[in-house]
Amino acid sequence: MGRAGKSIGHIIGNLIALFISLIVMIPLIVLFLNSFKTSAEANKMTLSLPTEWVLENYSVVIEQGKLISSFFNGLLYATCSVIVIVILVSLAAFVISRNQKGINRFLYYFIISGIAIPINNVALMKVMKLFGLVNTRVGIILLYAAINIPLSLFLAYGFIETIPVEIDEAAVIDGCKPMQLFTKVIAPLLKPIVSTLFVLDFMAVWNDFTMPLYYLNNSQKWPMTLAVYNFFGAFENSWNLVAADIILTLIPVLVVFVLGQKYIVGGVSAGSVKG
Amino acid sequence: MNKKKLYPWYFASGAAILFFLLCFLPGILGIAYSFTDWNNFTDEINFVGLKNYKEVFQGNSEYVSYILNTVMFTIVTTVMKTIVGLALALLLTQKFIKMKNFQRMVIFSPQVMSYLVVGLVFKSMLHPTTGFLNNFFRDIGLDALAKNWLTDLGLVWPTVMTVDTWKGMGYIMVVVIAGLMSISPEYYEAASIDGANFFQKLRSITLPLLKPVLVNVTVLNVTYGLRVFDMIYSLTNGGPGNATGVINTAVYKEFSKGDLAMGTTLSSVLFFVLLALLYFIIRSMENKEVGA
Repeated sequence: MGRAGKSIGHIIGNLIALFISLIVMIPLIVLFLNSFKTSAEANKMTLSLPTEWVLENYSVVIEQGKLISSFFNGLLYATCSVIVIVILVSLAAFVISRNQKGINRFLYYFIISGIAIPINNVALMKVMKLFGLVNTRVGIILLYAAINIPLSLFLAYGFIETIPVEIDEAAVIDGCKPMQLFTKVIAPLLKPIVSTLFVLDFMAVWNDFTMPLYYLNNSQKWPMTLAVYNFFGAFENSWNLVAADIILTLIPVLVVFVLGQKYIVGGVSAGSVKG
Repeated sequence: MNKKKLYPWYFASGAAILFFLLCFLPGILGIAYSFTDWNNFTDEINFVGLKNYKEVFQGNSEYVSYILNTVMFTIVTTVMKTIVGLALALLLTQKFIKMKNFQRMVIFSPQVMSYLVVGLVFKSMLHPTTGFLNNFFRDIGLDALAKNWLTDLGLVWPTVMTVDTWKGMGYIMVVVIAGLMSISPEYYEAASIDGANFFQKLRSITLPLLKPVLVNVTVLNVTYGLRVFDMIYSLTNGGPGNATGVINTAVYKEFSKGDLAMGTTLSSVLFFVLLALLYFIIRSMENKEVGA
């Protein structure tokens, strides 16, 4: 290829990349612009700027869409279940990856099979009823913890394997008991993987829609996803309000994404590249 | 040092019990209930043998079409996402691309949005009269391209699968980029000295070394595709008619109707399919370990 051919290739490559980035961005830009339009103007969705910027759309949505309570519900579910996951998973990953024989090996494969095996939501209803967990905040938190344990364990297990066993040996010589060894020596070393688990599991819970759809029929306990879905159904003809509603739900995850990018990308690739 | 004493297995019991009670037990119970006539209208539960399974697989019931839809969705989206993601990863690691990191971030960003919200975003974008896409085509004079994207029987599946690819391609791209970074540049230097062109390097260096990454990504895509629910539920809710129904939307429909036995039967079918797949995956992984 000559020099001219090469630079044409470079231009084409850049154009393709730009085109795909635009395809990803345009829907979000259109929604953003439409969220500031009047209802009549938003009725025809285009990329044009609003003739007047209607900020009230957002206050209407927050009021009508019960977004404040849903926001805090979502925050509560995500935070609590992530805390449960991090504690249970780091304890489990610690013993399983240090002693990979016998019952530990069985437990590991048993739990990580949950990465692929689907949840039987119908029968889960029966189990939740048995424990009195249907329609309760505790129930949904424990459920989220349970369904996110498998992938989290897989990631934490891989991480603990990279911590040298010599550290444990030194601690034992100094007289550490198992619990001390975990809390004083191992736990402080888990910071990177805990950050990854925190961000990945937080987003998984925040974005989930299926579990509240099945197990929370009281709208006061709904997280954001369900509130948005309901709002969309009720206001399908007011595209400006729907757009504002969607933008408001997207903002928290996009903020988490920009701040925690390192952990998200790191965690996502660790899960697949190592394997 | 006694490993058993130092690393007591009961440290793992919390995670194991929670997983057992809320994930594994429902699966097993669900299989047991799939042989009954469990429903919402009576408390009486009778054993009916294989009746539910017969109903699912007999003749050309709607359930067979849900299963076929699920399989088709899984295969097509896995292939589309892998090809597009791989191509994007190769493109966005080239030196001549401007603002690489920014573009990678943009293309990855749909990954952090919920499937439900992506579904709603596109439901509004693709609205036949008010949606952005059709308005765009009309404004540039291509009225013929303005279609009923989500209600036309011939278009609805390609549309749904394209939206799914829109969301998922960035994930594959990021994972493949991480894989590409771990390939030593010396291989490429040596190949360049031997006069290999881009495609020869791709075929003889990049793809073979990326194979483990691609296998993992495929496993994740397949298990996602078979379990798909949110995306379909919010985009089409299985419509028009039952055209885009998949196993999990059917489970939810039976659940809402109160036909719990049928819901759990469909869920169990999915369970068996994934269990079989898992078996082959673990087998092939063990073979790899032996070979290594």
